[in-house]
Amino acid sequence: MKNFAYINAASEKAAIESMSDKALALAGGTNLLNLLKEYVLAPEALVNIKGIAGLNAIESFEGGLKIGANVTLSELLDHAEVRGRYPALHQALYDIGTPQIRNMSTLGGNLCARPHCWYYRYEYFDCKKRGGQGCAAIAGDNEFHAIFATDGPCVMIHPSSAGPALVVYGAKVKIAGPGGSRDAGIEEFFTLPAAAVARENVLKPNELVTHVLLPPPNGKSATYEVRHKESHDWPLAMASVALTMAGETAQEARICLGAVAPVPWRAAAAEAALKGKVVNETTAGEAAQKAAEGAKPLSGNKYKVQLVRTAVKRAILAAATGRRV
Amino acid sequence: MSEESKKPPAPSSASPEASGRFSRRWFLQGVALSAGTAVLPGEGLLGGSAFAAPQAPARIGPEPVQIALSVNGKDYQVKVEPRVTLLNALRNYLNLGTNTPIDLTGTKRVCDRGSCGSCTVILDGKTVYSCSVLAVECQGKKITTVEGVAEGNQPHPIQQAFVECDGLMCGFCTPGFIVSSKALLDRNPHPTPTEIRRALNGNICRCGTYNRVFQAVELASIRMKVKGG
Ligand SMILES: Cc1cc2nc3c(=O)[nH]c(=O)nc-3n(C[C@H](O)[C@H](O)[C@H](O)COP(=O)(O)OP(=O)(O)OC[C@H]3O[C@@H](n4cnc5c(N)ncnc54)[C@H](O)[C@@H]3O)c2cc1C
Ligand code: FES
Ligand code: FES
Repeated sequence: MKNFAYINAASEKAAIESMSDKALALAGGTNLLNLLKEYVLAPEALVNIKGIAGLNAIESFEGGLKIGANVTLSELLDHAEVRGRYPALHQALYDIGTPQIRNMSTLGGNLCARPHCWYYRYEYFDCKKRGGQGCAAIAGDNEFHAIFATDGPCVMIHPSSAGPALVVYGAKVKIAGPGGSRDAGIEEFFTLPAAAVARENVLKPNELVTHVLLPPPNGKSATYEVRHKESHDWPLAMASVALTMAGETAQEARICLGAVAPVPWRAAAAEAALKGKVVNETTAGEAAQKAAEGAKPLSGNKYKVQLVRTAVKRAILAAATGRRV
Repeated sequence: MSEESKKPPAPSSASPEASGRFSRRWFLQGVALSAGTAVLPGEGLLGGSAFAAPQAPARIGPEPVQIALSVNGKDYQVKVEPRVTLLNALRNYLNLGTNTPIDLTGTKRVCDRGSCGSCTVILDGKTVYSCSVLAVECQGKKITTVEGVAEGNQPHPIQQAFVECDGLMCGFCTPGFIVSSKALLDRNPHPTPTEIRRALNGNICRCGTYNRVFQAVELASIRMKVKGG
């Protein structure tokens, strides 16, 4: 990696004042340092944000939780309330990477992680995200790329496994910048490549995610993911589901897909199909069919369409029954 | 590819090769050094005042900076560029330029991308990949490497069990597995087979010795129970 200076920020203010497009926030480093080693990014400075007071706690907040951006994935997994009240988030985090990765990765870093696309990560391939002319994935090896929003300039999948669960819970992201602090809805936080190909979210270079706000859950929830390996791997497709139930009927359904689009992908047609229905194998299967509608897979990833259906059906049944299916 | 092999390394005054110190690797390369020529004068290459306690400046580097690392209960002086990873610091920079340079090369570099586990160390009680942490971030933290797992001259039960169960073939992954296993047994002295698998699934063994590794952890756990652990 190229040489860089190091700034250990003691406060949000110090971090924001130091950050720029040439001075990047360093959290767990599991994503950022790899990109530096590959010369994909070459900042002049790294701003360590892990020492900022107040960003490493999980607190009760308006009946829900306020999670500091520097809380690690292991800390979230060990938290009784995350496990008990937010099972979709717990299940989404459970198999991320490896124990060491979960000990290092922060929730803020997970939401802001740069894409895992192998063309983005390799400096010698053409990549619009890196300022190139084209996207090598479109004619290349794209079995792990997007099947939704594939007409945009970049067919990355968003790397965050936490994202879809936060979407179904209606989380907010607290962002601090030079002008103060603001809350963004989690769905507004993530942006499509068509909006700005060089970034994946609304953050400006001198803005920091400080917290994630989780409202109280109002129903049952679950995440189901499909992946090849037990560890060291990424999901091929995943679905998080939150259901507001009246007896066996889903009054409301929120369904979000992961690993299939450049952002966590809300499956509105599937939600509408389930709304007002008794949840069973048949209705879950019908909603799952709807979830895959609109998919435009690339040359190598048509298999993901069926994985989406499977993940959605199983996540709905898992949420409704409280059992892993 | 690592930063060292791809682009020119740190300035020569900071590189271990330039210090002429004695190490097992030099010996294996057939460089005949006597202990006398390997030991540097007290002030070392860094100059007399190099080890005065540094004021923590807001912005440090990119040139090498002086830091202290606490490894296996001992404090070491390290002069590194901010880009130097903890792994690289442990293997190549501990007390470099002093009259007590030391290699802690038990921690292995394989992928250098946070994807194999060979570089696992315990940082403030948690296992991490030392290839994906900067050395400058580790000031004031407790670092345990494979060299710190034994209790004095007594191998830790997990080390003894690895030997008895033949928990390795080529052995390159072993330090990482030992450290992950120790961290597991510290927090959960009597893990179930499923807990063992999950705790060790951040470590890859290319030779595929997993079953023997799991057996070794079970054996160590039983012995620790017998001893009242
Ligand atoms: C082998 C492997 C497998 C993995 N599998 C998965 C998986 O299945 N699912 C999954 O979700 N993740 C997975 N990950 C991890 C994940 O994608 C990221 O590496 C990790 O979550 C990043 O967190 P971090 O704290 O280490 O961030 P860093 O690497 O420190 O930072 C990542 C990016 O976010 C920015 N950033 C960090 N924190 C903030 C903040 N608070 N505000 C603004 N910007 C910030 C940084 O500047 C940087 O650009 C895997 C990683 C590896 C190595
Ligand atoms: S060398 Fe650090 S994980 Fe492979
Ligand atoms: S024993 Fe050879 S890699 Fe594990």
